[in-house]
Amino acid sequence: MEPLLRMSLIRKRFPGVQALDDAGLEMLPGEIHALLGENGAGKSTLIKILSGAQQPDSGTIEFGGQTVVMVSPHDAQRRGIATIYQEFTLAPNMTIAENVFIGREPGVGFFVDWRKMASETRAITKRLGLELQPMAIVRGLSVAEQQMVEIARALSMKSRLIVMDEPTSALSSAEVEKLFRIARELKAHGLSIIFVTHRLEEVMQICDRYTVLRDGRLVGSGAIADITIDGIIRLMVGREVKALFAHREREIAGDVVLRVEGLNRQGNAQDQNATVLADVGFEVRRGEILGVAGLVGAGRTEMARAVFGADAFDSGRVIINGREVHIRSPQDAIRNGIGLVPEDRKQQALFLALAVRINLSMASHRQILRWVVFIDETAERAMVEEYQQKLNIRMASPEQLIASLSGGNQQKVTLARWLALRPKVLIVDEPTRGIDIGAKVEVHNLLFEMAETGIAVVAISSELPEVLAISDRIITMREGRVTGEIKREDATEEILMSMMTLKTKQL
Amino acid sequence: METLTQEPHSGASAQKKFDAFGFLARFAPLIFLIVVMGGFAVFQPRFLTPLNLFNVLRQVSIYGLLAVGMTFVILTAGIDLSIGSLVAFAGLAAAAVSKGGLSNRFTVGTAEFAASNPWYLAALAAIGVGVAGGLLQGLAITRLKVPPFVVTLGGMSAFRGAALLFAAGGPISGFEPNFVWIGQGKIFDQVPVPVVIFLAFAILAHVTLRYTRYGRQVYAVGGNPEAARLSGLNVRSVITSVYVIMGFFAGLGAFVLSARLASAEAVAGTGYELTVIASVVIGGTSLFGGVGTIFGTVIGTILIGVLLNGLVLMNVSTYIQQIIIGIIIVLAVAFDTFAKSRQRIG
Repeated sequence: MEPLLRMSLIRKRFPGVQALDDAGLEMLPGEIHALLGENGAGKSTLIKILSGAQQPDSGTIEFGGQTVVMVSPHDAQRRGIATIYQEFTLAPNMTIAENVFIGREPGVGFFVDWRKMASETRAITKRLGLELQPMAIVRGLSVAEQQMVEIARALSMKSRLIVMDEPTSALSSAEVEKLFRIARELKAHGLSIIFVTHRLEEVMQICDRYTVLRDGRLVGSGAIADITIDGIIRLMVGREVKALFAHREREIAGDVVLRVEGLNRQGNAQDQNATVLADVGFEVRRGEILGVAGLVGAGRTEMARAVFGADAFDSGRVIINGREVHIRSPQDAIRNGIGLVPEDRKQQALFLALAVRINLSMASHRQILRWVVFIDETAERAMVEEYQQKLNIRMASPEQLIASLSGGNQQKVTLARWLALRPKVLIVDEPTRGIDIGAKVEVHNLLFEMAETGIAVVAISSELPEVLAISDRIITMREGRVTGEIKREDATEEILMSMMTLKTKQL
Repeated sequence: METLTQEPHSGASAQKKFDAFGFLARFAPLIFLIVVMGGFAVFQPRFLTPLNLFNVLRQVSIYGLLAVGMTFVILTAGIDLSIGSLVAFAGLAAAAVSKGGLSNRFTVGTAEFAASNPWYLAALAAIGVGVAGGLLQGLAITRLKVPPFVVTLGGMSAFRGAALLFAAGGPISGFEPNFVWIGQGKIFDQVPVPVVIFLAFAILAHVTLRYTRYGRQVYAVGGNPEAARLSGLNVRSVITSVYVIMGFFAGLGAFVLSARLASAEAVAGTGYELTVIASVVIGGTSLFGGVGTIFGTVIGTILIGVLLNGLVLMNVSTYIQQIIIGIIIVLAVAFDTFAKSRQRIG
């Protein structure tokens, strides 16, 4: 049979990173295809190119037997490719019918034919086996129902291929079943679907074929019937261990500094009933680095923000040096010796319009006060100089705007901000995200040195080689739960990946 | 992904290279002021006399006091539209206290000063009203989570209403000489008292923003509230505090205004918010928060004063003056937005 879609030798470079390097994807009509890979493997970039949101640097796309160039998302939709992102693109204050037909409202000239719009919407939702009122406002719908509206929109556009990015991550198991039933229904009608997902059990259950990307390359594809979950995991992680990320052996015999028990939180911005954190518990010793592995959305960042007081939680205990502390704000956390280097440097850590010096001292003004209210700038400069040397921060002057430093040096300034407070516990969330490889190694060494001075470090990272290099002990999370704990010397990427992706507790 | 990876600037060479655009952006208000003053000096010799210049300064000093307070608010990416109304209300409070009660409102002449209170009680009353009004609005913004624009739009209406209610019988005028001296007197027979008050408080505000821990917190909260919160700053109390400071300056401005006019009325201060916000923005403070200085605000205030004064001396009608000021406000914000987009790319 003639393939419906063939993407080949796709390359895409962003400043500082080769996101796609000879990536590809091939699928038949009426097929449900799994696009798989680790965080950062290039899945998102590939589907953005497929949906016309980004242009490849090189490579070809054939769709329905023709070579095509998708110049915009609109162009891709016109050709029959609809993409449903994790964050829906619905207009929340409009009706279901308006959302289904947005930009293509039926009618005469300036006027919308509401009756026709409603009846066509009803016809589509009925085909999906759904009971939705076309005139209902989207805001009031559940996440699963909103997803159905997105699918209805794709159908109304006469799409031949629907790309769904992590479609099940926000659904209950009953809703997942419903989605799969609809997917099979669509497949029976000759539509093709690409699922981008991390959930390998679901892949085995619903998909016909798979494609695995790693570091922007196509590393494997084939029929699901011919492969096991373990085989997929091997494809996803199967790189040679990089000697660059060396582990540093240390003796850890310290007391438990931070102990978290039964952390629970229900509800996030999108969904009040979502389980964000469920009975999360762990402990970290003095001088130990605890790695936290998990896929994007596993609840690692939410756990860190809850312990640090940045987000509220429903129940749970935080115990520092054997004493329970009550943390309701970052100020409480800081007072109890907990620091957080957040995952998004620019949005959550830096004051881009201010100088390096002012950024560095932001959390430790108390130490450099003079006459109660004034900042002692001499002491402040000495502080900056001290950490500039300790952390090897490369800058022309402390008065330079932080925005003009490289990502690695910005991250060092953020680390210095917390080191200046002499914390007992430091949580670092994606400490090396978006910085180059040399700076990554430097940051790893800084984390080792911090642990050696007695700080208990909790390091969240999506890069498994990094987790394996820096941690003394590793916990994995999935869907807001801790799914396993393992010593570094017992862990491999394959073991971690299965702990992160499977529901049952391994080992 | 692409936003995170940034090529490292080679710091040393970036330092040496003269950044003409950066220099211009930083000193634009001052350069513009000098150009405008030069222009007026050429066309109208009377403009550059000390008498006229002090006159300009005296005219702008009340706007200036309000603009100093407004700088704190705009630095946190906020806005306060209520100040004109608050000035009217606080001015009436000062006047009523000075006169020893509303029953004496129409009394004029030395014989009647027996009942009056000293000037500092009047000042305290005006500032008290201003601070209370600012605190109320600050709490509404931080506790009820209503945007500053809406809260202070409400305040604009409510404080005006309160002023009208309070002054039901019309203006209050005829104050004791010490009070009036604060608005109309001169130090060394040269420098108007309101100018001294304006500059003294501008210096105090400059020192606060530049050298204190609190000043750092204002810039941090305005520049990146989430990062400020995660650095352990109490974002809500910083935001509340800037509206209290704004209220303080509204009260102080109202006190000086009543003294200068030797009268207080419920319609005083109408439209002040616009001129004051314009002064701050023209002075280089970003409406997006986190960037700006008191120095810039002082220059911006004087610039508007000079423009108005020069246009008056050149017999330009007040209607055209308003059009010119309006255009300058839009251009100043356009410049700010442009500079910001350049910063993002660069």
